[in-house]
Amino acid sequence: MIDAPDLSLAALAPLLFVFGAACIGVLVEAFAPREVRHPVQVAVALVGTGGGLAATIVYAATHEWGGGAGSVTAAGALAVDRAGLFLQATVAGLAVLAVLLFAERSLDPARSAFVASAAVPAGSPRDRDQLTATRVQTEVYPLALFAVGGMMLFVTANDLLIMFVALEVLSLPLYLISGLARRRRLLSQEAAVKYFLLGAFASAFFLYGLALVYGATGSVRLGEIRQSLAANDGDVLVVLGLALLVVGLLFKASVAPFHSWTPDVYQGAPTPVTAFMAACTKVAAFGAILRLLYVGFGTEEWTWRPLVYGVAIVSMVVGAVLGLTQTDLKRMLAYSSIAHAGFLLTGVLGLGADGEGSGLAATMFYLLTYGLTTIGAFAVLTLVRDGDGEAGHLSQWAGLASRSPLTAAVMGLFLLALAGIPLTAGFTGKFAVFRAAIEQGAWPLVLVAVLASAVAAFFYLRVIVLMYFSPPAADGPTVGVPGVPTTVVLAVTATATLALGILPGAVLDLAEQAARFVG
Amino acid sequence: MAEVLPAEGLLATSWLLIALPLAGAAVLLLGGRRTDRWGHLLGTGTVVAAFLLAVLCTVRLADVEGRSVDVDLFTFISTGELDVRAGLLYDPLSAVFVLLITGVGALIHVYSIGYMAHDPARRRFFAYLNLFVAAMLLLVLGNSYVALYVGWEGVGLASYLLIAFWYTRPGAATAAKKAFIMNRVGDVGLALAIFVMFAQLGTTSYEGVFGAVGTLAGGTVTALGLLLLLGACGKSGQFPLQAWLPDAMEGPTPVSALIHAATMVTAGVYLIARSAPIYDLSETARTVVMAVGALTLLIGAIAGCAFDDIKKVLAYSTVSQIGYMFLAVGLGPAGYVAALAHLLAHGFFKAGLFLGAGSVMHAMHDQVDMRRFGGLWNKLPITFGTFGLGYLALIGFPFLSGFFTKDAIIEATLDRDDWLGWTTGGVAVLAAGLTAFYMTRLMLMTFFGRPRWEDGVHPHEAPPVMTVPMVALAVGSVFSGALLVAVFPLSDWLEPVFGEPEEAEHVIEPFIIGIALTVIMALGVLAAWLFVGRREVPVTAPVRVSPVTRAARNALYADTINESLFMRPGQWLTRALVWVDNRGVDGAVNGLAAGLGGSSSRLGRTQTGFVRTYALGMLGGAVLVAGALLAVTSG
Repeated sequence: MIDAPDLSLAALAPLLFVFGAACIGVLVEAFAPREVRHPVQVAVALVGTGGGLAATIVYAATHEWGGGAGSVTAAGALAVDRAGLFLQATVAGLAVLAVLLFAERSLDPARSAFVASAAVPAGSPRDRDQLTATRVQTEVYPLALFAVGGMMLFVTANDLLIMFVALEVLSLPLYLISGLARRRRLLSQEAAVKYFLLGAFASAFFLYGLALVYGATGSVRLGEIRQSLAANDGDVLVVLGLALLVVGLLFKASVAPFHSWTPDVYQGAPTPVTAFMAACTKVAAFGAILRLLYVGFGTEEWTWRPLVYGVAIVSMVVGAVLGLTQTDLKRMLAYSSIAHAGFLLTGVLGLGADGEGSGLAATMFYLLTYGLTTIGAFAVLTLVRDGDGEAGHLSQWAGLASRSPLTAAVMGLFLLALAGIPLTAGFTGKFAVFRAAIEQGAWPLVLVAVLASAVAAFFYLRVIVLMYFSPPAADGPTVGVPGVPTTVVLAVTATATLALGILPGAVLDLAEQAARFVG
Repeated sequence: MAEVLPAEGLLATSWLLIALPLAGAAVLLLGGRRTDRWGHLLGTGTVVAAFLLAVLCTVRLADVEGRSVDVDLFTFISTGELDVRAGLLYDPLSAVFVLLITGVGALIHVYSIGYMAHDPARRRFFAYLNLFVAAMLLLVLGNSYVALYVGWEGVGLASYLLIAFWYTRPGAATAAKKAFIMNRVGDVGLALAIFVMFAQLGTTSYEGVFGAVGTLAGGTVTALGLLLLLGACGKSGQFPLQAWLPDAMEGPTPVSALIHAATMVTAGVYLIARSAPIYDLSETARTVVMAVGALTLLIGAIAGCAFDDIKKVLAYSTVSQIGYMFLAVGLGPAGYVAALAHLLAHGFFKAGLFLGAGSVMHAMHDQVDMRRFGGLWNKLPITFGTFGLGYLALIGFPFLSGFFTKDAIIEATLDRDDWLGWTTGGVAVLAAGLTAFYMTRLMLMTFFGRPRWEDGVHPHEAPPVMTVPMVALAVGSVFSGALLVAVFPLSDWLEPVFGEPEEAEHVIEPFIIGIALTVIMALGVLAAWLFVGRREVPVTAPVRVSPVTRAARNALYADTINESLFMRPGQWLTRALVWVDNRGVDGAVNGLAAGLGGSSSRLGRTQTGFVRTYALGMLGGAVLVAGALLAVTSG
C-alpha cells in the first residue's frame, strides 16, 4: 500500500497556474482560428504569468507572512518558503514584462520579432516570402510559459531530481525560442544549436554530480543531504558531486568560465527572448544556486566558499574586460550579464557561519533590480532600428540623443543603473551585496568587484557619451514608435529603476524578511 | 565676564542692525538697473538708520544690569554633538564697535555719494559697502566664534569685491587676489582654533568657551591663542601677513577709509580683545602678540617713510597703528582699554585722512604720487584743514586724540618693567618719532612747496557731500581721545567685559612720558622739514639712494620674502603636481586602459564561435573547479 503524497494545492497554486496556462496555450494553438490566435495567446500568457504572480503574492501574504514558517510539500520535493516565494514572484513578474515584449506588434514591419515558420530553410525563396508576410507565429507564448513554470519550479525545488527536471523544463523551451528570430535567421539558429549543445553538456555535469552526491549521502533531498553531511565528514565523492552540480548551475547563470555561450546566444536570439533569458533565467539559476549551497551544503560552507570566491572574481573580470571591446550592444549587454553574475556571487558569499548574514536578502534584491533594468535595456534595443531590423552596432547609436531625446534618456538611465551609479537601483543592489560580503570578511573580493565595476562603467558610459556627445550618423537608424506593450515595459522598468535607487527601503525590507529557506 | 541677560525691548531688535544693511545690499544686488537712480540713497539710508538704532540701543544698554544682553535668534547648525545657536551678544565691547562701524560707515556712505557720483557702477559699490557693514556688524555682534567666523568671511568677501571694484584694472584684480589669499592663510588659523574649541570643549559660544577654557591644558590654551592670533594677523595686516594691506589701496578711496583703515582691519584687535579670557591664561601667547605688534608697528613706520603714493603711506601708517593696538592687547588687562581707545581714535583720524586723500585725488585727476602734488593748501582749504587735524591727531600732537591714546599704550608697555616691556616700549617710542617724520613728509609734499602738478590739472575743492563727513571726522579726531580718556572713560564703560581697571604703578610718571613723546614727535617733524621741506621735491624719485631707503621702498622686502619662501615653492609644487598628474597619473590611467583594451582583444580571441571551443572551455573550467575543491578539502 502506497500512501498518497501530501500535496498542498495552495502552495502549488502559482506553479499550477503557469503550467495550466501553458497547456491551454498548446490547445489554443491547436484549435483556435488563425486570426484570433495571437490576441488569445497573448491574453493566456499574460493571465498565466500575471496569475502566477498574483497566486504567489496571495499565498505569501496568507501563509508565509501570515505566520507560517515555510512548508515542504509534494512528498518533500518542493520547499515553499519565503525565499522561494520571493524568487517565484520575481520570475513571474519579470515574465509578465517579457511576455509584453513578445507581444509587441508595431515595431517590425512584419508585425513580430519571431519568424512565422521556423522550419523553412533560411535564405530559401519561401523564407524570402515570409520575411514580408505579416503572418505571426504564436507558439512562443506556450513555450515561454513552460519555461517560466520551469523557473518557478527550479527556485522551490527541494530535491536534486526535481531540480534537474525543472532545469530541463526551463531550458528546452528556451533553446527553441532562441532560434525563432525573424531577421538574421542563421545567426539565431546557430545560437539555438549552440545553446542546446552546451546546455546538454551542462545538464550532464549536473546529473553526474547528482549521482555522486546520492552515492555519497544516500539521498537527493537537500535537507537529508545536509543532515548526512553534518553527521559524516565529507568525502571525495561529495566534493566532486558538489563541484559538478555547481558547474551545471553556473552554466545557466552564465558565470565565467561557463559563460562562452552567453554572447553568441544573447546576440542571436530575438531580442525579447534575450531580455527574458537575461532577467528570468538569471533569477532562476541564482535561486537554485542559493538553495543548493545554503540548504543542501550549508554545513560544508568552507568547501564551497573558496570556489564561489574564485569563480566570482573570474566572472567579474572576464565580463568587465571583454565588454570593453564589444561593438554590438547585445553582445555588450551579454558581457555585462556575465560581470553581474560575478557581482551576484559576491552576495552569495554573504552567508554567515551561523546561517545568519544578509547575503541571501542582498542577492535576491540584486536579482530583482538587475532583472528590471536589463529587461528595460533590451526593450530600448528593440526600438532603434534600420532596414535590417534592430540596429545593434555601437556606431549606429551615435548622436541618438539629438534624434530621440526620450529614448536616449531612458537608455542612459538603464546604463547608469547597470554601471551602479547612485540614485539608481543598480547602486542599491551593488551596495547591498558588497556590504553582505564585507560583513563576512570578503573585502578583497569586494575590492576586485569595485575595480571591475569601474572597468565596466567605461563601456556603459561610452554608450551614453556616444548618444549625447557624438554627431549623429548621416544614415543613422530610426527610432520606432513603441506600441502599448513596450511602452508599458519601459515605463515600469524605468520607474522601478529610479524608485529602487531613491527609495529602496520598502523592497529591501521585504527582501530582508524573505531571506528564509526551509528544509 | 558679567552675567548675560536675555535681551528685552529695544535691545531684542538689535538684529535689525545687521538686517538693515543686508536688506539694502540684497535690494541693490537683486534689483539691478532699476535701482540705479536711488540705490546710493537707499544704501546710505540703511546705514544711517542702523547708526541711529545703535545709538538708541547703546543708551538703553547702559541701564541694563551688567550691560550685557543676549539675543537668541535661531538654531544655526544642529548636527550630532554640534549645536550652534545663532545669537547676538550686545555688550559694551560690541556696542563700541557697532557705534564705530555704523557711525564712520554712515559718514563714509555719505562721502561716497559724492566720490562715486560719476562712476557707472555706483549702485554696485553701495551694495558691496552695505554688505560689508552687515558682515562687520555680524562679526562684532555674534555670540559665538562660529557667528564671528561667518561675519569674518563676509567682510573678507566684501573686501575682496571692493578692492577689485575696478576689476578691469590689472592692478586692482591682482591686489584683490593677494588680499584674498593672504587672508585665507589667517582664516585657516581661525578655523583651526574653532575646531580645537569644539573638539576640546564641545562648544563654540563665547559663554561656553570662556567658562570652560580654564579646564584645558596649558599647551592647548597657548595653541588656541596662537591660532587666533594667526587669524587676527591675516585680517589686520600684521606681520607676517601685512603685505596685502598696502596693495588693497587699489580699491576706491572710501573703501580704503572704511574697510582698510577704520573697521575691518581692526577686527583682529577685536578678536584678541574678545578672547581675553583665553589670552589671560597664556603668557606665551600674549608675549607673541606683543612681539608681533611691536615688529609690525616698526615695519609699518619704516615703510611709510619711503613711499611716494599717498594712499600707500597711509596704508603703512595703518599697519603701524594697528601694531600699536596689538602691542596693547598683548599686555593683557593693563592694555585692553588702551588698545580700544586707540582703535576708536584711529578709526576717526585715519578715516578722515583717507577721505582727505580721496579729496586730493578727486582734485588731482586720481593722481596718487605725492611728487606730483605740492602747494595745495590754499586750493583745497577744507581738505587741508581737516587733513591737518587728522595729521596732528595721528602724530600725537598734545591734547589731540592720538596724544592720549598712543601715550596710554606706551605708558602701559613701559609699566611692565621687564625686558619685554622695555624693548617693545622702546620700539614704540622710536616708531612714534618715525610716524611724525613720515606724516610730516606727506603733509609737506602734498600741501606745501611749489606745485608740481601735471599739465591740465586744476585743483578744486570737493562738494559739500564730501567735505561734511570730512569735517565731522576731523572733529572726532580732535576730541575723541580726550573724551574717551577723561570725560567718558572707556575703562568704566568696558568694565563689565574686562573687569575693574587696576590702578597702575607707574615706572615713569605719565607726564614725563608725555613730554618725552612730544619732544620725540617734534624731532620727527623737524627731521622731515630738514629732509623734505627745505629742499625742492624732485618729480621723479631719486634712484641713487642708500640701502636703507631702498629696503624701505620695498617695504622691507616683505613681498620678496613671501614670494621666495611661499609663492615660488608653491608654484614649483603645483608644477610638479601637474607634471605628475600628466605623466604619472594620466600615464598610469591611460596605460591601464590600453592594457585592459589589449587584454580584452586577446581574451576575446577565445570567443571563437565554435561550440567545440566553448565545450572545451567548460570542461576545463569544470576540471579546475573540481580540482580546486578537492585540493581545498584534502589540503
